[in-house]
Amino acid sequence: MSDDHIHLSLAEAGGADGDARWAFGTGFADPLHGVATALPEGVDGRALAACCTALGDDALVAAQRLAQWCTRAPELEEEVALANIGLDLLGQARLLYARAGQADGTGRGEDAYAYFRDAEAFRNVRLVELPGGDFAFCVGRILVQSAWRLALFEKLAGCADPVLAAVAAKGVKELAYHRQYAAEWVVRLGDGTEESHRRMQAAWDQLTPWLAELYEDEVAEGFGVSARSVAEATRAVLAQVAEAAGLTDAQAAPVPGSGRAGDRTEHLEPLLAELQVVARAHPEGTW
Amino acid sequence: MTATTTRPTTTPATTARPTRPLSTAEQVAAEVVDPELPMLTLLELGVLRAVETHANGSVTATLTPTYSGCPAMAEMRADLAARLESAGFADVRIETVLDPPWTTDWISAEGRRKLTEHGIAPPGPAPRHRGGGPLPLILSPTRRVVPCPYCGSDDTEETSRFGATSCRALRRCRSCLEPYEQVKEI
Repeated sequence: MSDDHIHLSLAEAGGADGDARWAFGTGFADPLHGVATALPEGVDGRALAACCTALGDDALVAAQRLAQWCTRAPELEEEVALANIGLDLLGQARLLYARAGQADGTGRGEDAYAYFRDAEAFRNVRLVELPGGDFAFCVGRILVQSAWRLALFEKLAGCADPVLAAVAAKGVKELAYHRQYAAEWVVRLGDGTEESHRRMQAAWDQLTPWLAELYEDEVAEGFGVSARSVAEATRAVLAQVAEAAGLTDAQAAPVPGSGRAGDRTEHLEPLLAELQVVARAHPEGTW
Repeated sequence: MTATTTRPTTTPATTARPTRPLSTAEQVAAEVVDPELPMLTLLELGVLRAVETHANGSVTATLTPTYSGCPAMAEMRADLAARLESAGFADVRIETVLDPPWTTDWISAEGRRKLTEHGIAPPGPAPRHRGGGPLPLILSPTRRVVPCPYCGSDDTEETSRFGATSCRALRRCRSCLEPYEQVKEI
């Protein structure tokens, strides 16, 4: 079903100012609608698809975790902030999935990736799967993920695939906002009261064992992104924030396994069940 | 990037092929407003990048998204196509460009004036990162002057960097005490 038809027909039915034109469901307009999609010479479609899928999975799962904060954040402003960050990540996921479907030659759309793959097919880093935790863990995780993803996207913005490069360049601007928001909260909590410091430090300790997986991630190596330089840039930002926040780094052994290689935590499956249930019960449904 | 996709026309062309000057399609497209900031046209917002009328009468309009997750993109595309078609252009293509990414620096002077008039503070200059190294994180408090759109006072504060849409932040004026929104720099 083409979405342009859905939107146009709703626009016509509701009139130019009608509310009826807002549609929900699956089968939305291709986020890469009208973008040149040819693969440039020398770009390996399978490698590009793998890279886009993995980075899309990171964003989708993180966005779902952030959406779970709705009605649970400490203040309305923070709830709006978390939803906004999630929306940016969801947008990045949509573009990356659309590109993956073009690159691997299957022509699959974003829904096929988000709604119709099971947990074992996901290739996100496991950090994003972990349950919500408290607000300190929430902002700590946003800081880690956005600092790392920003460093990665800054490099990826110069890659050989023009679509992935453009998605990354756009993402950099958004991730800079996310990182700023999270860093300010980590400092506020870490350098705040005794209780806020205790909880921020506990969150920091909980995050530490999952960092190695980010630092060793080679998913974009084929696109001019060295894992080492991304890790260095990420470490520098985290050290800067930890110092300002008065947080100490725990010596924690990395969690064995790799999300990129298909290892999952037990938390992804329930998350996906919630995310996918309506789309699977009513494929092609719109309302 | 160039266009590869043609948007199918759903309404039959009942009028003859328009014999208008080239600027007509541009004029029609320039009147389409943003679904979330309806005081601004897509042109003033800087998301309508080009409108071309080809020799055979077909029209190609080019849009760029504001934020990756902007849910209004499909709306903008549908609105733009519908307006051009109802103006008599039977063959309309809407293209998307992602590169270079949209920046609030593209909001026109007229657009900024209209935002202020509607109680939304316009964005300051977008942050630019030069030098090639990683984008620095600034933790020290930064003082930005964002005048209140109601009373013009510079004594204002940010209450949240995130607002009702991706592109807006929430602020408050310490002089007239009015809360207001700002289109944040990106």
